[in-house]
Amino acid sequence: MDYSRHEHDVLVIGSGGAGLRAAIEASAAGASVGLVCKSLLGKAHTVMAEGGMAAALANVDERDKWETHFADTMRGGQYLNNWRMAEIHAKESPDRVHELEEWGAVFDRTKEGKILQRNFGGHAHPRLAHVGDRTGLEMIRTLQDHGVHRGFDDYQECTITRLLKDGDRVVGAFGYDRENGQLRVFHAGAVILATGGLGRAFKVTSNSWECTGDGHSLGYRAGAELIDMEFIQFHPTGMVWPPSVRGILVTEGVRGEGGALKNSEGRRFMFDDIPPLYTNQTADTPEEGWRYVIGDRDARRPAELLTRDHVARCIVREVKEGRGSPHGGVFLDIAWIKDKVPNGAEHIKRKLPAMYHQFKTLAGIDITEEPMEVGPTTHYAMGGLRVDADSQMTAVPGLFAAGECAAGLHGANRLGGNSLSDLVVFGKRAGEYAAAYVNENGRGTVSEAQIEDAHREAMAPLEREDQSGGAGPYAVQFELQDMMQEKVGIVREEKTLAEAVEDIAALARTAEGIGVMGDRNFNPGWHTALDLRHLLSNSEACARAALARKESRGAHSRIDFPEKDKEWGGFTVVLQQDSEGNMEVRRDPLPPVRGDLQKIIEEQG
Amino acid sequence: MATAKFKIWRGDASGGEFKEYETELTEGMVVLDAVHQVQAEQAHDLAVRWNCKAGKCGSCSAEVNGQPKLLCMTRLGDLNTDEPITIEPIKAFPLMKDLVTDVSWNYEVKKRIRPFKPRAPDFEDGSWKMHQSDVDRVQEFRKCIECFLCQDVCHVLREHHMHDDFIGPRYLVYNAALEMHPLDTEDRREDLRKSQGIGLCNITKCCTKVCPESITITDNAIIPLKERVVDQAYDPLRKLVQLVTGRGK
Amino acid sequence: MASGTTSLPVRSSFGQTSRTDAWWLQPLVVAVFLLLAVIYLTWGAIQGEFYTFGNYLSPLYSPELFGDTPHALFGPRPGIWPSWLPWSPAFLILWAPGGFRVTCYYYRGAGYKALWLDPPNCAVGEPRGTYLGERSLPLILMNVHRFFLYFALLFVVILTYDSWRALWFLDPVTGQETFGLGVGTLVIALNAFLLGAYALSCHSLRHLVGGGLDVLFDKPVRRTALACVGCLNKRHMLFAWMSLVWVCFTDLYVRMLSMGIWTDWRIF
Repeated sequence: MDYSRHEHDVLVIGSGGAGLRAAIEASAAGASVGLVCKSLLGKAHTVMAEGGMAAALANVDERDKWETHFADTMRGGQYLNNWRMAEIHAKESPDRVHELEEWGAVFDRTKEGKILQRNFGGHAHPRLAHVGDRTGLEMIRTLQDHGVHRGFDDYQECTITRLLKDGDRVVGAFGYDRENGQLRVFHAGAVILATGGLGRAFKVTSNSWECTGDGHSLGYRAGAELIDMEFIQFHPTGMVWPPSVRGILVTEGVRGEGGALKNSEGRRFMFDDIPPLYTNQTADTPEEGWRYVIGDRDARRPAELLTRDHVARCIVREVKEGRGSPHGGVFLDIAWIKDKVPNGAEHIKRKLPAMYHQFKTLAGIDITEEPMEVGPTTHYAMGGLRVDADSQMTAVPGLFAAGECAAGLHGANRLGGNSLSDLVVFGKRAGEYAAAYVNENGRGTVSEAQIEDAHREAMAPLEREDQSGGAGPYAVQFELQDMMQEKVGIVREEKTLAEAVEDIAALARTAEGIGVMGDRNFNPGWHTALDLRHLLSNSEACARAALARKESRGAHSRIDFPEKDKEWGGFTVVLQQDSEGNMEVRRDPLPPVRGDLQKIIEEQG
Repeated sequence: MATAKFKIWRGDASGGEFKEYETELTEGMVVLDAVHQVQAEQAHDLAVRWNCKAGKCGSCSAEVNGQPKLLCMTRLGDLNTDEPITIEPIKAFPLMKDLVTDVSWNYEVKKRIRPFKPRAPDFEDGSWKMHQSDVDRVQEFRKCIECFLCQDVCHVLREHHMHDDFIGPRYLVYNAALEMHPLDTEDRREDLRKSQGIGLCNITKCCTKVCPESITITDNAIIPLKERVVDQAYDPLRKLVQLVTGRGK
Repeated sequence: MASGTTSLPVRSSFGQTSRTDAWWLQPLVVAVFLLLAVIYLTWGAIQGEFYTFGNYLSPLYSPELFGDTPHALFGPRPGIWPSWLPWSPAFLILWAPGGFRVTCYYYRGAGYKALWLDPPNCAVGEPRGTYLGERSLPLILMNVHRFFLYFALLFVVILTYDSWRALWFLDPVTGQETFGLGVGTLVIALNAFLLGAYALSCHSLRHLVGGGLDVLFDKPVRRTALACVGCLNKRHMLFAWMSLVWVCFTDLYVRMLSMGIWTDWRIF
């Protein structure tokens, strides 16, 4: 067989922020590391992150501290979060920010020459270290440039199709090069999944083609548990027009800089509906909100900076009740601040250069003059592989997960800015603990039978006769995305969720029979056919978890159960493959919050 | 429904040709949408690199009507759709298949550039004092999304294939970001002059023109680096002044 | 990733491109204007006469180190100048502003493109396969730009002085110098101004005033200087062209006055 074989102590799958940080840390611990990138190095979805990286540096407001960040994260997650992860995250984020600076990142500065921090939804203080609206690019480039001198091997444009096991333990992975179909067998003592999100399961999404949730599904198939899969974050502001750019992200930074959400009547509708958890922290009037934006410490946050789940729902409501914009969104107006700040147009361009450029080029709109049209877009999966908070190891020995494909930190809803810090805080931990695990346990062995099986599976779409009636992988993917958008979208109910589960099963059967044209050389048809398996399994997990949770909480919103349910607040929905290969759904009680942390939550109110 | 014709390069290392495809146009469509439509409807195995489709990752670099462009940021409304639109891969790197080229050389070049080496931290928590006015310049360079369009259009690489002698505009910008970083203590001028071939740049500014991030590559990065190289290698007067006054690096 | 190089079968030959626009137009315009300017300036410098008109002195001949006019600083043509060699006062000084322009970053790029077709335009095939760049002789000499800058700055001072001189007209009746303003004064002053703008927007100057430093926060004077030069530098190309056209016109203007073809109009 024409496999190229590779031996590593630690194999990192995914080269966004979490994967790179894990690879750097594992290398630093002396492990030999392989880093698998599904696309070119430095192109991972992390580059899309715009607003910033949350860390209680207290550079802008000295009242900020890790306890506040912890409490904000828990409140944002509706207390379904893994409290230990939230604690670690809040405590370690500042060090990770400073570390990026040490590696060459150039954050925007305060007047005193420190790292500047900006306001963001759900954060009590200005907390996001940022670089204009391209913070993700800064992070990934810094990690990449630092990483290339650390001596790990990278495998670019390589897709992993299956994890390889030795008994219960994961000891490697099987994959192929997208470029030429070269098959690769990786043998490693520990595998870190850092594959990011699964937004491509939906039609309107800010996610790139890569975000098919490979890690979620690879881990699940290797026996790990998925949790919180019902919580898909729909970012409230994506572009809605023209059709070809629908879903592209409009950073929350626009609202952080004072951007106002308005309906067709010109009303700032966010001020009409403030959830009880946030009444104390939210401004009563737009005027107070503006004072907050410009740094008045006695003012409270504008209602536009409420959490993403809530803002997205309010936008859906406005559109549904006929107060939307011409193309089915609402208006996001940053131009209005021109009256409030000197040299307003320049100020906007300096603070939001990428947004200015994006709207100018793609929609022909000058955001310093006109409002943007925005609507919700699939953005982030709070759900993912269940991991140990400290080590990031899943229930499967030797299998670690970090970043978006791991779950726990964000609970029912993620706060903006907590994702970039999540990547580096837990990426580092995964690298550290994976290297230690290999030191203790060695590398294990991989059976040839497994490899051959994985080989057959990978080649199947190219080798079998097409039984899909010519539907092809793209058609199935489009159908799945349309269906998920409609039935497992922002607003859900029992009937359509149950239909979704059936539709997925039917699509999975069609997908099984797809034969693709062409050969192994850079063949996107083949790649799509293989990625479909991940999309289908993740979609099923989302639909089943959403069906199970009979309440509305955070990003999960059911019209048949519109209220929060106290009892459900104590449970997490877990999905695991049973011995027959079926998806088993169960609910696990959440462990009680440690006493001192509970006290912090209560104190921070 | 209006349609447009596209002449798309199909082929691999062993050869190929332009094939013509016709597909429907919709409002606001970009060239990448058209390529995807052709891929989904007519040519499932048409190879094209893309990721974010928002001009942020720099994957979908190609040449549209002979101009180096990001496919995702080139609107069909800005092109003449009465004539067939030519889409072909970038030229400075070996072709793999269709619109995809082997850009691995770029990653090798980056490894050769001396890494960032900061001075000791200014504060106990490991942080530094840096002022916005001093980092503005560096931040412009760090906007780079590594789409390699500047490498593609640079005639030293594109026409003369001097990949062994010249690192290309992208890595001159990268050098500039490091050299002008307020915290950096490394000196890369000798490398620039000798092994990285800054002297091969003849400042014709094509790189600046194609940059999708509007980085003023030639004026703000390359020329200032050339001046720093002059300081180091071609300015005896400066050396003399430094010798007399005992100042300067 | 794969190694080995394969290019598209379409080999790049001179002028080969998929560009559909009139890519040849811009370099052609640049080439025509550059050549016209070089031809005129060379012709003007060789003439050696008709370069003054009263208090007006053509910038091609300023400073007039040796010469036959009242503007000459050190008297007539030196005796050691070989008689077989053509003589013009311009020869003694024109190398400095000429060298400044030839080594200028803008003209270099424009010239390589428009005159040497290296490349003819972006993404267009070149006529020659070999390429040396500015890495070796002769073009490595372009690195002396900053030394020409020092002279150019001196010339800005001299031309400014000439503009001052152009304000003082000799009264043929009284023999006294009187303050006045002619169209020629404005032409000469504008030339000094444009050369000033061109020299002060120079890339080398930007480097020398502060661009060469990484930290300027604690150096407010240099920071301001860098900001000013940087701001002018964005229009370096514009100043380069305006000053080039205007220096030709200024010489032409003085020449036409001197030859009696045009008449200078006194404003007061």
